[in-house]
Amino acid sequence: MYRIVRKEALAPTLSLFEIEAPLVARKARAGQFVILRINEEGERIPLTIADFDRARETITCVFQEVGKTTKELGTLCEGDYLQDFAGPLGLPSHIENFGRVVCVGGGLGVAPVFPIARALKEAGNEVIGIMGARTKELLFWEEKMYSACSELWVTTDDGSYSRKGFVTDLLREVIEKKKDVGLCVAIGPLPMMRAVCGLTREYGLKTVVSLNSIMVDGTGMCGCCRVTVGGKTKFACVDGPEFDGHLVDFEEMARRAVIYKPQEQLAVSRYVKNSAHNCSCGCGGGR
Amino acid sequence: MNGGSKPKKTIEPKKNPMPCQEPAVRARNFNEVALGYSEEAVVAEANRCLQCKNAPCRQGCPVEVDIPAFIGLAAGGDFYGAIRKLKEKNALPAVCGRVCPQESQCEKYCTLGKKHEPVAIGRIERFCADWELAGAALPQEVKPPTGKKVAVVGSGPSGLTCAADLAKLGHQVTIFEALHVPGGVLMYGIPEFRLPKNVVQTEIGNLKDLGVNIEVNAVVGKFAVVDELLNGGGFDAVFIGTGAGLPYFMNIPGENACGVYSANEFLTRTNLMKAYRFPEADTPIRVGRKVAVLGGGNVAMDAARTALRLGAEESWIVYRRSKKELPARHEEVEHAEEEGVKFAFLTSPTRIIYNDDYWVTAMECLQYKLGEPDASGRRSPVPIPGSEFVMDVDTVVVAIGQGPNPLVPGTTEGLQCNKKGNIVADPGTGATSKPGVYAGGDVVTGAATVILAMGAGRTAAKSIHAYLSGKN
Ligand SMILES: Cc1cc2nc3c(=O)[nH]c(=O)nc-3n(C[C@H](O)[C@H](O)[C@H](O)COP(=O)(O)OP(=O)(O)OC[C@H]3O[C@@H](n4cnc5c(N)ncnc54)[C@H](O)[C@@H]3O)c2cc1C
Ligand SMILES: Cc1cc2nc3c(=O)[nH]c(=O)nc-3n(C[C@H](O)[C@H](O)[C@H](O)COP(=O)(O)OP(=O)(O)OC[C@H]3O[C@@H](n4cnc5c(N)ncnc54)[C@H](O)[C@@H]3O)c2cc1C
Ligand code: SF4
Ligand code: FES
Repeated sequence: MYRIVRKEALAPTLSLFEIEAPLVARKARAGQFVILRINEEGERIPLTIADFDRARETITCVFQEVGKTTKELGTLCEGDYLQDFAGPLGLPSHIENFGRVVCVGGGLGVAPVFPIARALKEAGNEVIGIMGARTKELLFWEEKMYSACSELWVTTDDGSYSRKGFVTDLLREVIEKKKDVGLCVAIGPLPMMRAVCGLTREYGLKTVVSLNSIMVDGTGMCGCCRVTVGGKTKFACVDGPEFDGHLVDFEEMARRAVIYKPQEQLAVSRYVKNSAHNCSCGCGGGR
Repeated sequence: MNGGSKPKKTIEPKKNPMPCQEPAVRARNFNEVALGYSEEAVVAEANRCLQCKNAPCRQGCPVEVDIPAFIGLAAGGDFYGAIRKLKEKNALPAVCGRVCPQESQCEKYCTLGKKHEPVAIGRIERFCADWELAGAALPQEVKPPTGKKVAVVGSGPSGLTCAADLAKLGHQVTIFEALHVPGGVLMYGIPEFRLPKNVVQTEIGNLKDLGVNIEVNAVVGKFAVVDELLNGGGFDAVFIGTGAGLPYFMNIPGENACGVYSANEFLTRTNLMKAYRFPEADTPIRVGRKVAVLGGGNVAMDAARTALRLGAEESWIVYRRSKKELPARHEEVEHAEEEGVKFAFLTSPTRIIYNDDYWVTAMECLQYKLGEPDASGRRSPVPIPGSEFVMDVDTVVVAIGQGPNPLVPGTTEGLQCNKKGNIVADPGTGATSKPGVYAGGDVVTGAATVILAMGAGRTAAKSIHAYLSGKN
């Protein structure tokens, strides 16, 4: 069992957990993920390692309540336990000194992009951060991102905070203004990563994306997470989750992401009907 | 008595039948198919044994169970004695009695088999093991602690056996298992209806009683590599039994379409994650109306039979060779046929066809004929040019084999592997190219059987014990 030592409500339906997991924390690196299960009936779901603390022996994850499992996760509070927590899984991000890099986090993607930006900065890169959200309420970790970047650009789709627009608008500006960008790392919703790749392709700027394919074991045993990259089948859990975005078949990814749509809808409506789905500590989770 | 010679025992030519759930009923539930012998049936069956002096059956058993001895005890109703005898050689008789391919092992060599059906050795074994599971477990003797620590990577039959043997010798054993439940294929692959999961977990409970520590959610190669277990982790030796968990695909167009599963995914969702209980259990699975399973082994039979139980209207085995070459256990093929699984022999797909939403709608197949025998001695399938035809299906399960997962071999310095990625280990000792590191089971042999994996675990335990005894 793995204890939740800290919970933070970052935005409505967006929460942070700091989880005690000594074996994972010892080895975790930017770009990797964990697979957790809430309880005996639970599904195995992957979450990216948004931060780790080797001294406190903890892993931080940020998750969005999108379906049954993540909604149920949102009802857990500090002091509660997760049944299973395995990791660190996947390959760590490739970190080296590229000179100048851009790290783009869209929506929830800010969480997984943060440790990568930090590691790139530590490796001597000039890190230009771009973060965006639909609206002000959904922005989080601005300070944290700022600390990991040399420069941070922020946008909201509706203009309720900072610049109005999409992260791709800012990205184009950054690329145009600052020459010699050596690498772009982009993490966020599929359409956003796809749009970023469309843009950076124009500039021939190598772009790394992190793929959220549906997973079961996360160890290369089932092939559920397979994605087509450069015309070849890869298992996102062991060959990734990061890949060269210009080679990813996003169309296929989008189709495979909704394989279980009818079941997911059934599960969530059943869950909402059967449970009070409110956290017990009053932190606002599970709303 | 007549001229001093013994009266000739009249032999029942057929095995005592195994009571089973009715095919039409069981094809729609996940309960165990074969219900097990009654006490009368087991005694009757055990009495069919001739107690051959040379015991030819023993040479067919990879772990050399003293078959006539345990059968002789069962024939007299001494099930306690029988299970003790079995357990001298076989650590998991309740599992083996159910899943061993007896027809190509012990029962193949049975003297009775020359004229009649062989003794149902597997069924007797199962009865004795279940008899023990239903009552109190046999006392297990554990030697005084040696102070030595051994790490076992993977909790399939090889790892479980190795761990049990080492623990009995007084070593302190920790098993590291990547998944959230120990048992390997016994838990995630072989379905409940063939091997109830409580049988496996009872066996694992016995292991814990021996003092073996089991760490689940522990992916070696990720949270630690083998070298770290040895240096700094405090382990004096490591056994690798990570199995053959990497699913192979056909590499034909359309294979990533929605509705195409590897058998591992299909079975893991169903068995390990209990998707057949969705939405009570959270993990979903989608099975269409017409399912095609590619392959002809146990894995394929399990997938095809699982598909029926999940509600498929039609479930097909699509196999390149003919019925005779099916590598699955005979009983599984029979059971599958009885349950209504259909077979397309001498057929193999060339491409998977999907709709605009990327869902499978059909499969283009090619017809085959049998040619010359290949290296395996089986006649090799030869495609018939121009024989393409389209098979309407909405789910495809690929069950054409598995290879070793590269996670551990790929992160262990100095560990020799062959071209296929299998760890090279001495079959007589389990020793690898790396001192203190032993390996066995599917990760060494490629996908094989439970009993061979167990045997390898046992062999390695002996050598590890010798290695540790010499290391002070
Ligand atoms: C490597 C990786 C890292 C991820 N990191 C994060 C993260 O840091 N924060 C976060 O909020 N989410 C993350 N996700 C996505 C997260 O796993 C899903 O949101 C979650 O599984 C949804 O489960 P649910 O039951 O709440 O929703 P559901 O209603 O079941 O599904 C909603 C959507 O989530 C996806 N999904 C469903 N089941 C799975 C599954 N078993 N594995 C992966 N995706 C699934 C599907 O595309 C689905 O359309 C990550 C996914 C992957 C593969
Ligand atoms: C569907 C199916 C049906 C079968 N039916 C039969 C049958 O009827 N009869 C028969 O004799 N055989 C059958 N087999 C074959 C038999 O199950 C295997 O040969 C046997 O289980 C191999 O045992 P093993 O110990 O080598 O590995 P496995 O049982 O494969 O166990 C390996 C374990 O190691 C774990 N692992 C892998 N990598 C790591 C890591 N990096 N860190 C930690 N743990 C790790 C895995 O999660 C797994 O739990 C079947 C196989 C399948 C898939
Ligand atoms: S070969 Fe058959 S008859 Fe002879 S001892 Fe073995 S099981 Fe009994
Ligand atoms: S999640 Fe099973 S192989 Fe990647």
